Amino acid sequence: MFLQTPTPDTSGYMIAGYVVSFVVMGLYVASIYLRNRNLNRDKAMLEEMDKPAPKKAKTVTKKSKKK
Amino acid sequence: MQSRPLALTILDIVSIILLGISAYLALVFAPTELVMGDVQRVFYFHIGTAWTALMGFILAAVFSVTYLVSKDLKWDRLQVAAIEVSLVFFLITIVLGSIWARPAWNTWWTWDPRLTTAAVTELIYIAYFMLRQGIDDPERRARFGAVYALVGGLSAPITFFAIRLFRTIHPVVIGGSNAEAEGGFAMTAEMRVAFFFALFAFTVIFIDLFWNRIRLGELQEKVEQLKLKVTL
Repeated sequence: MFLQTPTPDTSGYMIAGYVVSFVVMGLYVASIYLRNRNLNRDKAMLEEMDKPAPKKAKTVTKKSKKK
Repeated sequence: MQSRPLALTILDIVSIILLGISAYLALVFAPTELVMGDVQRVFYFHIGTAWTALMGFILAAVFSVTYLVSKDLKWDRLQVAAIEVSLVFFLITIVLGSIWARPAWNTWWTWDPRLTTAAVTELIYIAYFMLRQGIDDPERRARFGAVYALVGGLSAPITFFAIRLFRTIHPVVIGGSNAEAEGGFAMTAEMRVAFFFALFAFTVIFIDLFWNRIRLGELQEKVEQLKLKVTL
C-alpha cells in the first residue's frame, strides 16, 4: 500500500479534450446553420428574380375609346 | 424557408440531451482510472466519435456503389453528408487521442500504425472535398466522388484493424489485448456503462447531423437549379 504510486493529476488534459470536442461540434452545427440560412436567402432572391415581370396596364386613349 | 420535419426537431433535442448525459457519465459517473488519472475520461468520447466516423465512411462507400449503379444524384447527396459528418467526428477522435497520448505516452504524436492510418484516413477525406470542389459538372462530380469514396472506404477497416494486425503501442480495450500497448486498462462496470452509452449517444448524434446535412444538400441543389433557370 505504501509503495503504490499516486494517481497523477491529468485533469488539465481531460478538460482540454472535452473543450475541444464541444468546440468542434459547436462549430460544425453553426456552419450547418449558417450555410442553411445563406442558401435560404439565395433561394428567396432567385425565386423573386424568376417571377415573371407584371404586365403593363393598358392606357386608355381617346382613339381607343372611339373604336 | 423549407418546412422542418417535427421528427428532426425532436431528434435535435434528443441528441443534445444524450450528449449531456454522456458527458455526465464520462466526467462524473465513471471512476477515475488509477494509473492515468482523469485524462482516461477522454476515452469515452474518443471511442464514440471514432466508431461513428468509421461507420460513416463505410456507409459512404455503400452510397457510392448505389450511386454508380443507379446514377441517381440522391445517393451522391447522402454520400457527401456521411463523409462530412464523419470527417468532423474523426477530427475529434484524432485530437482527443493526441491529448490522451501526451501524459500516457509522453508525446503528442508518434508514427504508430494506428495513428498513421487514422491520419491518412482523415487526409483522404479532406482530399475528397478538394476533388469535388474542382469539378463543376454535377454528374461528373458525383461519378468521380463515388469512385474516390469507394476506394477511400477501404481506409476505415484498415484503421480499425491496424491495432489488431500490426505491432503497435495503441491499446486494444475492446475484444483483445496487445502486448506492446502502453496505456491499456481494464474497464469496471461503471466504465462500461459510460462507454456503451457514449457509443449509443454518438450514433444518435451522427444520425441527427447526417439528416441535417442531407437537407442542406437538397437545398443546395435547389439553389443551383434556380441559378441555372434565372441565368438562361
